[in-house]
Amino acid sequence: MDAIRTIPATHYLNNGHGLASWLLTKDHKRIAIMYLVTISFFFFLGGLMAAGIRLELATPQGDFVAADTYNKMFTLHGVIMVFFFLIPSIPAVLGNFLIPPMIGARDLAFPRINLLSYYLYLVGGMFTLGAMLSGGVDTGWTFYTPYSAAASNTSVIPTALGVFIAGFSSILTGLNFIVTIHRMRAPGMTWFRLPLFVWAHYATSLIQVLGTPVIAITIVMLGVERAFGFGIFDPARGGDPVLFQHLFWFYSHPAVYIMILPALGVMSELIANFSKKKIFGYSFVAFSSLAIAVFGFIVWAHHMFVSGISVYAAMVFSFLSFSVAIPSAVKVFNWTATLYKGAISFETPMLYAYGFMGLFAIGGLTGLFLATLGTDIHMHDTYFVVAHFHYIMVGGAIMGYLGGLHFWWPKMTGRMYSEFLSRISAILVFVGFNLTFFPQFIVGYLGMPRRYHAYPDEFQVLNVLSSAGASVLGLGYLLPVIYFVYSLKRGEVAGPNPWGASGLEWEIPSPPPTENFAVIPRVTTEPYEFTPHVARERELV
Amino acid sequence: MSVFGIPIFPEQASSFAKDVDALYFFIVAVSAFFALLVAVLVVVFGVKFRRKHAGEVGARIEGNLPMELAWSVIPAVIAMVMFGWGASLFYHLRRPPAESMNIYAVGKQWMWKFQHLEGQREINELHVPTGRPIKVTVASEDVLHSLYFPAFRTKIDAIPGRYTQLWFEATKPGTYHMFCAEYCGTNHSGMIGSVTVMEPAAYQNWLAGAEGGTMAERGAALFSQLACNTCHLETGQGRGPSLKDIYLKPVELADGSTVTADEAYLRESILNSQAKIVKGFQPLMPTFQGLISEEGLVSLIEHIRSLSPNASAPGAPAAAGAAGAASPTGATNQTPGTVR
Repeated sequence: MDAIRTIPATHYLNNGHGLASWLLTKDHKRIAIMYLVTISFFFFLGGLMAAGIRLELATPQGDFVAADTYNKMFTLHGVIMVFFFLIPSIPAVLGNFLIPPMIGARDLAFPRINLLSYYLYLVGGMFTLGAMLSGGVDTGWTFYTPYSAAASNTSVIPTALGVFIAGFSSILTGLNFIVTIHRMRAPGMTWFRLPLFVWAHYATSLIQVLGTPVIAITIVMLGVERAFGFGIFDPARGGDPVLFQHLFWFYSHPAVYIMILPALGVMSELIANFSKKKIFGYSFVAFSSLAIAVFGFIVWAHHMFVSGISVYAAMVFSFLSFSVAIPSAVKVFNWTATLYKGAISFETPMLYAYGFMGLFAIGGLTGLFLATLGTDIHMHDTYFVVAHFHYIMVGGAIMGYLGGLHFWWPKMTGRMYSEFLSRISAILVFVGFNLTFFPQFIVGYLGMPRRYHAYPDEFQVLNVLSSAGASVLGLGYLLPVIYFVYSLKRGEVAGPNPWGASGLEWEIPSPPPTENFAVIPRVTTEPYEFTPHVARERELV
Repeated sequence: MSVFGIPIFPEQASSFAKDVDALYFFIVAVSAFFALLVAVLVVVFGVKFRRKHAGEVGARIEGNLPMELAWSVIPAVIAMVMFGWGASLFYHLRRPPAESMNIYAVGKQWMWKFQHLEGQREINELHVPTGRPIKVTVASEDVLHSLYFPAFRTKIDAIPGRYTQLWFEATKPGTYHMFCAEYCGTNHSGMIGSVTVMEPAAYQNWLAGAEGGTMAERGAALFSQLACNTCHLETGQGRGPSLKDIYLKPVELADGSTVTADEAYLRESILNSQAKIVKGFQPLMPTFQGLISEEGLVSLIEHIRSLSPNASAPGAPAAAGAAGAASPTGATNQTPGTVR
């Protein structure tokens, strides 16, 4: 196992110096690092907004900030976290870095487009920052009409334009991944030898390419409605405000799967590699990703059960929503079965994987309450919904992202971080997360509506618990910044494969050379083969 | 219900609150079972199959088709039970009984305004009797809102340009929360109030305090104030069709089609009078879009309804019960005065 642990003389990080060598790079790994830095900035900005929200909600009165400020905080929290952190997070950082080495390629199919994606994302992000500086926006991240079109007098158009531009980044990244996975696989890397991380990104990319144009069109419609009064969503001129919700959720529900599917892919890698065992039911896990991507497109109106859609439409969408629960459940059961008779160890990435299992299970199961019509009528637009989607997006997607980041950090930087601090951080995140969001299920069923600046006194205790949890969670998120940055110079040298993991990316040096592989490998084995892999490493030694 | 003074469960104050809660507890039980099952298994496996020495690898197990099928099919069956139970409850929740009593609600930034047929008007407060199904027809004057009564376990969005409806039968006297659940701007969290459930006798006393006549009377006053009466003569000889006995009746249009004269049709004909022209009449009527408030509009409709004392609303067509389907036709012919 202990292969020669050195940092190679030249690698992608020192192959070229100076700002231009980064800003104009076409290396997928450098672009991934640029994404990592940028999305981290947005994550902490979004987190700052969350801190403000939780501070305000510590007391029932609206006493920390004014109502308008509060509304702008939760809107920016949502817009930033969804469009500028969660959607790009795993695909643009880990996917960008890892898909080429995982399939035995030297780069993505379109390196220049990859760089363009980054700049589109950056420009989009700047628009949203500009909107913040020019007074903010208060529509909620959902931009519902007619409020966003006619009533709100905040920076709706710059914000929406930012989302519109960043959408093209998402489309191009998806397109790049699809073409890369089809065309750039090394000899012998058949579809069923692909790591499940790659399958998950393939499914994600399909959604990005097919779904994102719809939100782009919707934003254009909102823009012309707001700027020129087209009346598309205005009933006084024959429009329909509910039409906006259909269009918005036609993208934004699948977008939830853009956020969670890559995390599910990370999970498969973590579970297999830390139990040193093949994924149980590989093809079921692979196809469940595609099933989620497909079903994800036909469930959107479950966001609209109380928005005046007909009883029968609601029934159809409730039924279809349950269909997307099954492939998600299948994944969890397969991971659990993978652990059986494994050789399990609990380094930090595996702690995140265990945390993910718990939070994703709760997030998925609480979705059943909202897919069920009889209960959704009561729970819709309450804190129950807020808790549910945070369990999926934060408990699921961010745990997956952090687990993946801890797993591949040695590959990306060549160095190990503090195992002690990272375990503390993983535990803080798990405990803090549950303390923050579990009380919200209860206060939601009690009837507390979401997006409330002030609330009745009897909800206070549960809100205080939630705010207390948020401070623990915040600490858990800040800690990695410290030990990751520290590890860059002082961390122990990792070597090519510190975890004894399986996969082509672990057979190249850490950090990898710019071209990843000096010679394109020929793949002859199934994924997650641990015995022969370890044997081969021994031969190397 | 509360634990150590912390409320953990909302009051049940409507006839179907206990039904919603029963379904809720069923899903809680199923969720708890699966969450615990997975939690116990991953912890047990994590302990039992802990890596003992560095070179150890897991057993070679590829998968197992019967197990895959079992854990796909069993959850699917349970999900179908949830779906069926939830859908049938929803169907019940979205179909007001024929004998429902009518109340009109208008949401606007940032208040709820209610009108009782007997003429009582309220803001951010609603008084209702126990033991009678109550149908609330909801409109919005500006943006989206959502009328939400947690203790009754129901809500419906208020949507500009159309009517939606919800119903409930209050069972327990008391005062409960009323919220706006759909974000509507600056003072969204201030768009709250209370619903007071009263014994029927107390409710009658409360109603008796009304001033300014019934809703239909207010509608009649508006009808002449807007000069509707100069064309819509009851004799049918005017420039506009007679409105007598048209409520919920089929109306033949100039283009040969037929519509039912329900709230949605009447609303459209007032606001956008050129949309559907009654056969035999000229498109002469001005549009009243922007000239009449939502409250005035429902009063006018109530007036027109009072001109059809024999309209038989009960047993309205199946589609009419659709949540917020544009025509809230179910069971609305409670004529003013019957309640007293």
